[in-house]
Amino acid sequence: MRHVEHAMGTVFSFDIRDFDAQHTGDRNLGTTAGDPATRSACDGTENATVEAAVAEAVAWLHWVDATFSTYRPDSPVSRLGRGEIGLADCPPEVAEILGRCAEAAEATRGYFTAYPGGRLDPAGMVKGWAIDRASDILIRAGAVNHCVNGGGDVQLSGTAGPGRPWRVGVAHPSRPGALAAVVESPYRHAGGRFAVATSGTAERGPHILDPHTGRPASALASITLTGPSLTMTDAYATAAFAMGDAAMDWVTGPAGVEAFAVTASGGTWRTPGFPLAEPAELAAGTPRPRA
Amino acid sequence: MLSFKPHAITTAADRPAAVAQNGGGSGGTALSGDRSAPASGGDDEGEHDDDDDDEGALPPATRPSTAPSRQGGTGGTGGSGTSGGRTVTGDVADTRWGPVQVALVLSGRKITAVQVLQSPHGNRRDLVINERALPILEQEALSAQSAQIDTVSGATYTSDGYVQSLQSALDRAGL
Repeated sequence: MRHVEHAMGTVFSFDIRDFDAQHTGDRNLGTTAGDPATRSACDGTENATVEAAVAEAVAWLHWVDATFSTYRPDSPVSRLGRGEIGLADCPPEVAEILGRCAEAAEATRGYFTAYPGGRLDPAGMVKGWAIDRASDILIRAGAVNHCVNGGGDVQLSGTAGPGRPWRVGVAHPSRPGALAAVVESPYRHAGGRFAVATSGTAERGPHILDPHTGRPASALASITLTGPSLTMTDAYATAAFAMGDAAMDWVTGPAGVEAFAVTASGGTWRTPGFPLAEPAELAAGTPRPRA
Repeated sequence: MLSFKPHAITTAADRPAAVAQNGGGSGGTALSGDRSAPASGGDDEGEHDDDDDDEGALPPATRPSTAPSRQGGTGGTGGSGTSGGRTVTGDVADTRWGPVQVALVLSGRKITAVQVLQSPHGNRRDLVINERALPILEQEALSAQSAQIDTVSGATYTSDGYVQSLQSALDRAGL
């Protein structure tokens, strides 16, 4: 089942794989085909459950948008930022996000901030977290094999097919439609969660500020991080972009996070554990070993 | 591969040949047979194409030699032949930049192309949407059909309108 939804100014897509043998007769049903957790979504009677879960996830995304948007003057976060209400007046999720922002700010040595330009705007944390939670909603409904992609940041659960790990193309930052690399999830069986987040200037121009200089970060064209869950992976991707090439040594500090970058000059680098399925064949630059 | 030329409707139809799958399973419905030849070849192939082919992540062996037939960009359900080429047209979505309408080209239950039937013209914002958001939406729709990749990660893109039309086409196609 697939669903696309416009929210938070971008596109969210849901791709739920049920491994329904009726529709995937060309697939070689592997060991997970008999797994109860996998098979549950194959039952026709479960389709309504999956659809309800997607509807719940979509409603969740719109709720997050209404609560956290700084483009909506009446959102709780906008009102909090103007000092009209206190944190106690906001939904508890606002305090949760601000807590996570504080954690990220510490972990990234200040490169992540919930106050870009001095004004409260936790957007750098909110989208990844919203996708992460949307994925949780699907898992709770029994749809354990799925992909939720929000504007290019991806939370994956389980596998793409029986015994087949999810594979994610990394969009080339300067060549629309081309891929710079392909990432493969380490999970070949149900249960694992894997996230891919990319930050860059390709889509919205130089909008990520280096909080330490106040100027737009410009060393990298894009950086892609992989980790178990999208909440911190996405926030770290924004911070790592601001760090530039210094991110190479930083990203392996947070547990389970790996990085692949395309530099402003067109070269690439990656951390040793980055789960590259197919290396980039870029005209300029080749992956160089980490110092 | 997968590059998309804004404002060139034919390109949207021709491009997805790059990911139309003929591998990854014994029963995959390869593009062949009753499909007509590509409506056009040369003029719409932009300057990116050669480069992209060289650097693309999909090996050349996965590419069929012919592009999906183009249903003419006029919408409607132009079922042709016995096993493929069905076109399912999405609703027209009104955006503040103008009407947007897309169509899916199906082979059985597989999406082989996303066509742009209508798109707004005339301002920079529109160009950004066409150049960035639509190709990724197209990849999204097509990547599920590919044995190579399932989705695409990239810097956050924005879109308005296309998604509405695309979803209505997905719903109509029963996907």
